[in-house]
This record gives sequence, structure tokens and C-alpha cells, in this order.
Amino acid sequence: MTWFTPIPMSNRIDWQPTAVLAALQARAALNSRIRAFFAARGVLEVETPLLGQHSGTDPNLQPITAAYQPHASALAQLRYLQTSPEFAMKRLLAAGSGAIYQLGKAFRNGERGERHNPEFTMLEWYRPGFSLTQLMDEVEALVSDALSLPGRMHRMSYRDLFVQTLGIDPHTVSLDELQQMTAAMVAVDDGALHSRAACLDLLYGHVLEPMLQDPVLIYHYPAEQAALSRVVEDEQGQPVALRFELVMRGMELANGYDELLDADEQRYRFAVDRELRKQHNLDDIQPDERLLAALQQGLPACSGVALGVDRLLMLILSATSINEVLAFPHERA
Amino acid sequence: MAVFSTNEFKAGLKVMLDNDPCSIIENEYVKPGKGQAFNRVKLRNLLNGRVIERTFKSGDTLDGADVSESSMEYLYSDGEFWHFMKTDGSFEQIAADKNALGEAIDWLKEQEVYIVMVWNDAPISVTPPNFIELAVTQTDPGLRGDTATGGTKPATLASGATVKVPLFVEEGDVLRIDTRTGEYVSRAKK
Repeated sequence: MTWFTPIPMSNRIDWQPTAVLAALQARAALNSRIRAFFAARGVLEVETPLLGQHSGTDPNLQPITAAYQPHASALAQLRYLQTSPEFAMKRLLAAGSGAIYQLGKAFRNGERGERHNPEFTMLEWYRPGFSLTQLMDEVEALVSDALSLPGRMHRMSYRDLFVQTLGIDPHTVSLDELQQMTAAMVAVDDGALHSRAACLDLLYGHVLEPMLQDPVLIYHYPAEQAALSRVVEDEQGQPVALRFELVMRGMELANGYDELLDADEQRYRFAVDRELRKQHNLDDIQPDERLLAALQQGLPACSGVALGVDRLLMLILSATSINEVLAFPHERA
Repeated sequence: MAVFSTNEFKAGLKVMLDNDPCSIIENEYVKPGKGQAFNRVKLRNLLNGRVIERTFKSGDTLDGADVSESSMEYLYSDGEFWHFMKTDGSFEQIAADKNALGEAIDWLKEQEVYIVMVWNDAPISVTPPNFIELAVTQTDPGLRGDTATGGTKPATLASGATVKVPLFVEEGDVLRIDTRTGEYVSRAKK
């Protein structure tokens, strides 16, 4: 069988893959490497459902839904394709699984671009007893190995990133000054500058992140961006989220957390999310009671991280489009 | 006119932005793992030719622009307007002003076919063919052995444009010109 070098999608006969054989081989090699990495460290590989009764409530993530029919003439039941295996893996942790990882597919509705495919491969793992820093070390080890990177990765707090590049402290800068700076640097409608979070997101996503070419670990995000991570006070008494991101060549590669363990706090965050979803006319999503029950039972203190495997492959192969690392992207699936 | 959402933005799509018709050049989807999705879009303003960059929230919409492009033959100028006629057999005529004509003013030739871009029934730009053949109306005779000028001399063409030509070119010669660069390509075959 012959394989063709990639040519523009518009010219290609539609049945063919968009990745060359070498890219498929690189993916197989990376998967092997990942498995060997975790086997050596005693982290167990698990498989949890891709199809579930619940989904995350994050207003910025839209799940793809499925209709399950118990039998031919039954009413279809709403199911969700998982946006991340997080909830199921936390239930395993609460059940005493110990350190676990999962290499599998995740699905996000409406996310398509040069670095996004609605169906993508996520490597997600959880380390009971690891601090955020220890997990950052492990992410660095995995990625440095996969990319054959020399030396250590640069590490920088979210605050330092803003101070050093834009001269403002993201935690304390006034909303006015923040809005002015964002308006000057990102050509958006004024409506998009409505809050600190919105402005910081715009500056981070459109100005700062694209500048980060060498691999760098950014940690200690603003408390409002905590998602499912714990919030603590940093050395300056500022509440910050125990979250980190690995960014390279302007691309977000991994997102890590010192995980939130408190069931009540988690229930509260679900409620806040649902309210935001309502405000933005998004479908309501019920909180996952099984996750809350698991948290109630008790999750061991742990840190967890989600890494985009397709993006790691893009870096290994110096690809500019995710299509180059996918056998068949969304439009050809 | 149709309305387009950011995920429908493709290069070449004509949309209205700040009341001006624009053509989409590039559309980049930007979404952090835990944040809102945006589209970083590059557009060309079809009225002034300027390239603009704008960031939209993903899902935002823009009105489509009623822009069409037709092949039209150049007829004549009355000093204020330049008149063109559609080549599709409809005999439909349109009058372009100096602004719409732009750089095509250097390359006008009767009965030659141009691409005219029309917005809301008014011409906004005229694009000449990539190559055009024009006669030389004025040029000095090339002095043999004169290498000080690098082997070229200026020549005025029937359209009024001045181009640099090789020394052997004489008045009356018909030349092939690249309209994109304004450069002499060759003498036209008779």
C-alpha cells in the first residue's frame, strides 16, 4: 500500500488519511513510551467510560451528547461523551486505586481549529501524595523524554509572567487599567472586557501564551480560574489556584491541579457553573452526584494532570496542524 | 443578506465589519483548555484595501456583504467616471469612480477585460488582467553603447503609464506588461 505525502485538504480525495505513515508510527512509538514511563513508576493504567450519565459543568466546555436506547422502542436516554475522564478517575481514587493514568479519547463539542479536533487523545493521570511541584517534575520528565529536550524547563508563576511581560500584577491591577490594557492589545469588542477574568484570559490567551515558545511551566493561577483545584495563599498572602500549565511553541500542552477534595466546595462550584451556564443560555448540566459521593467518602490528597497527546505529537513532528497527526480529522471521520 | 458565524469564516468570505465590506483572509480558533473560545480573524477592507485584525468571541456573527465580482470590458471615460460593460451578454454597464479604479488607471485599454468588484450595486475596485499589451506612445531612441543607464530607458504607454524598457524598444512597439509589478515582460507578438 502506498502512502502519500500530505497535500492540501481541498485537493485530497476524501477517503485518505491526513497523517502520513511516519506520523502514525510516531504516535505508536509515543504511546509505547508513555506506557513504559508509567510502568517504571508504578502508575496503573485504567479505562473508564467514554459514555456517561454526567458531564462537567464548566461553562466553557460543551459536551457532545448521545442518545441511548435500552431497547428498540424505548425512549432515548441522554448520555454524554466525556470531556475528560476526571470524574471517573477520582471515583477510582476514592475507592483506593492508588496512582492511575488513562490514555484515551476525550470529546468537546464545537472545538475545531488548527490545534483542536472535537475528538482528541488525552493522557490524564493522578498521583496521591504528590504536591503540585512534584507533579510538575513528573510532567517535565515525561515531556522532556518524549521531545529529547536538554536541560530543565523554565518555571514561572502566572503573576511573574504578567509582571515581566506586561508590567502589571494580574492579581492586584485595577479593573480599569486591565480593561484599558486589554483593549489596547487585543482587538475585541468592549463587551468582551466585562470582568477581570475575561481580560486576564484575553491577555493570557492572545498576547502572552503565543509568546511562550520554549517549554515553560506556568503555575499559581488566579483563584477564579481554579476549576477543580485547591486554592491557597501564596507567599504574598494572595489567594491563588494550585494549578499549572505546560506551554510550548505558543500551545497549551498540559493542565495540572492539586485536586480539590472538599465535597461541599465542589458542590458549590458546580452550582456557580450551572448559574453561569444559565446566564449564557447553555444547556443545563446536573452535578455528578456519584463524584460528590466519592468526595464525601474521601479522596486521598493528590495532584492530577491532563495532557494533549495530539499536541505533543505535533511538537515531536513539528506539525502546524493537528490534522497532520490524526489518521482522520473530524471532517473525514 | 445571510449572517455568518465565526466558525463559518473561511478565506474569501465577504462580510460587513464596521459598516465596510471586508474579505476574510484568515481565521484562527483560539481556545484555552479552561477558558472561552475566540476566533482571531484577519480581514481586508474592500474599500480601502487595509488589512485588519479582529478577535471575536466564538459564535459571534457578522452580516454577509453583498459583494460580487464580474468580468467587464472597459468602454471609455468621461473624465469623472470610467465605464465598463459586463461580458456575459447582458450589455449591463457600470460606472466606476477614480477611487474604485485605483491602480487600474495605469492599465486601461479599450475592449480589454477587467475584474470589477461591486458592492450594493456600486463598483468598489477594478483589477486589470495580470498581463496587458500596450503600445509605446513616446520614448527616446536608445543610444547604442549607452550602458550608463543599465540598459533601460523610460517609455510612455498608450494607457498613460511610464515603464522602464530595454533600449531597443521604439515608439509604436506593442509591449507585454505585468500589471502587478508594472514591469516590461517582452515585446508582444504582432
